[in-house]
Amino acid sequence: MNASTAIRNGWQKVFGTGARSERPPPGDASHGTILYLEDITVSFDGFRALDKLTLYIDAGELRCIIGPNGAGKTTMMDVITGKTRPDAGSAWFGQTTDLLTLTEPEIAQAGIGRKFQKPTVFEQHTVYENLELAAAGEKSIWTTLFRPLTPEQRDLLDSVLETIHLKDLQGMRAGALSHGQKQWLEIGMLLMQSPRLLLVDEPVAGMTPQEVERTAELLVSLAGKHSVVVVEHDMDFVRSIARRVTVLHEGRVLTEGTIDEVQNDRRVMEVYLGE
Amino acid sequence: MNTQSLPSLLFGDRGTKVFFGVLLAALVLVPILHLAVPADSGLHLSGYTMTLLGKYMTYALLAIAVDLVWGYCGILSLGHAAFFALGGYAMGMYLMRQIGPRGVYGHPVLPDFMVFLNWTELPWFWHGFDMFWFAALMVVIVPGALAFVFGWLAFRSRVTGVYLSIITQALTYALMLAFFRNDMGFGGNNGLTDFKEILGFDINAPGTRVALFIASGIALALGYLACAYITRSRAGRVIQAVRDAESRARFLGYRIESYKLWVFTFSAVLAGIAGALYVPQVGIINPSEFQPINSIEVVIWVAVGGRGTLYGAVAGAVLVNYAKTYFTAALPEFWLYALGALFVIVTLFMPRGVVGLADRFAKKEPQVAEAVTA
Repeated sequence: MNASTAIRNGWQKVFGTGARSERPPPGDASHGTILYLEDITVSFDGFRALDKLTLYIDAGELRCIIGPNGAGKTTMMDVITGKTRPDAGSAWFGQTTDLLTLTEPEIAQAGIGRKFQKPTVFEQHTVYENLELAAAGEKSIWTTLFRPLTPEQRDLLDSVLETIHLKDLQGMRAGALSHGQKQWLEIGMLLMQSPRLLLVDEPVAGMTPQEVERTAELLVSLAGKHSVVVVEHDMDFVRSIARRVTVLHEGRVLTEGTIDEVQNDRRVMEVYLGE
Repeated sequence: MNTQSLPSLLFGDRGTKVFFGVLLAALVLVPILHLAVPADSGLHLSGYTMTLLGKYMTYALLAIAVDLVWGYCGILSLGHAAFFALGGYAMGMYLMRQIGPRGVYGHPVLPDFMVFLNWTELPWFWHGFDMFWFAALMVVIVPGALAFVFGWLAFRSRVTGVYLSIITQALTYALMLAFFRNDMGFGGNNGLTDFKEILGFDINAPGTRVALFIASGIALALGYLACAYITRSRAGRVIQAVRDAESRARFLGYRIESYKLWVFTFSAVLAGIAGALYVPQVGIINPSEFQPINSIEVVIWVAVGGRGTLYGAVAGAVLVNYAKTYFTAALPEFWLYALGALFVIVTLFMPRGVVGLADRFAKKEPQVAEAVTA
């Protein structure tokens, strides 16, 4: 790297401008696979949270990941979103984007959205403002300071409000929403970024049965347009949405298949029920 | 909110209207009561009172600056008085150079304290301060540059919360120690004082005092408008998101560090401007302005007034400083206890400050309930 590019990169880091146009289009899934995780290993103080994990997600797929506590589900999400750097292995988003070279915000901008376990909407902001914050596009301070949303962004925002059934509550403070509504709002915030890949962590924990049902409908309706990876404990919920299920155990893939295959697998039973 | 016109965006809420009403009234009435009403009349406002009010307005501008970083962006800076003092020193240096040969020692160029230290020529960093435009530029650049470098290092290393507060305290403390040293070239312990003229006008003349008072009011108004614009833009909602859930905002793809850096730098510049208007009115700037307690006091003003609202910060600055002026005259040893008690009471019982209390008495819903129309 010569001096002038070094200066320009530093400039972009501080001013947050110009970086978008130079990157190749991320997440090229022309081979039908959107996410490649190969031999990912992550150790914390000698404990192997992920042990040579290998996993592929197809474009447009709705995949459920299950596994007992400590199986490495959250660590896997952390690796994909750049929060944790693996000690070994490779992680690619489509054929062209090496996730291990990108920072967290770059990965988010490349089109990977993550919904956390606890709903973390911005409680002091309104529903509308939450979605506005999540809108894809230039996010430098100069843009947000001087330009409102583009008409396309406003249109997307309106359609997302419809999708997540919060159109009538758009002016309400997000902190005043019910638990289920917060979860949908958060999914809506992911949709505002038009992500190629959605990572959804325990979406139905603590929801009422009606909310669970609506959430299932919502996630199923997203598959196809987006690739969706759901981490969930609730097996009934997994049964209602999943076509393919991956079971993690001790940082590895234990087995993969339809929900029936997985539930009848002896090793899975052992892992879940003990010896 | 997006379809609102700029004026209604900036002046939309009641507190802001009240603030501008009071400020405008003060800017018109105070100079009239001081200049046009005869001194023996009961309505006459003394120069002392007017200067005191002018001082409060510079404090209010400082409070707005702290409210922007703390109340809106969640960065608890306990070092903002340092930026205030740096702006003050830049102005003080100009005022020192304006003294010219009228100093006690009569040296044509060197300020008295340099002659006293047996210096023979002006240190390099004092050059240019004989020109007002240069000093005015430095008022903005010096605090801004320090905040930028400091923020760059701190935010990029993701120093947050109490750790950031502590290093901002260290920053202002280090500056205090440095400015206390005679060989730093800023007048040491005594600081800069005995000013004579500003822009060729006698600094103690009533007309000049009125002009400084009005300039402080205008700076306060402009600073308020700038902050109102920032906090109500999309960027403002981003920095409030950073305050409430920083890592969440980062995941949305915002470069949190650069947002924090710009807010912090802009805030430091406002503090510097406030300091520059403060110094000619009080007539002195010395290293005690860098005392860590000063920065903490500013935070208390904002907490008392109501953080997260700009008019709250202004109200807090004026109320607490009025109380301070009163108590330090009536019961001097009591003031620090009162200040401490005030902070505890506000933190425990009035999380939204005086402004929040006023809202509750007015039986008004908190302003967050304001609906957004797409």
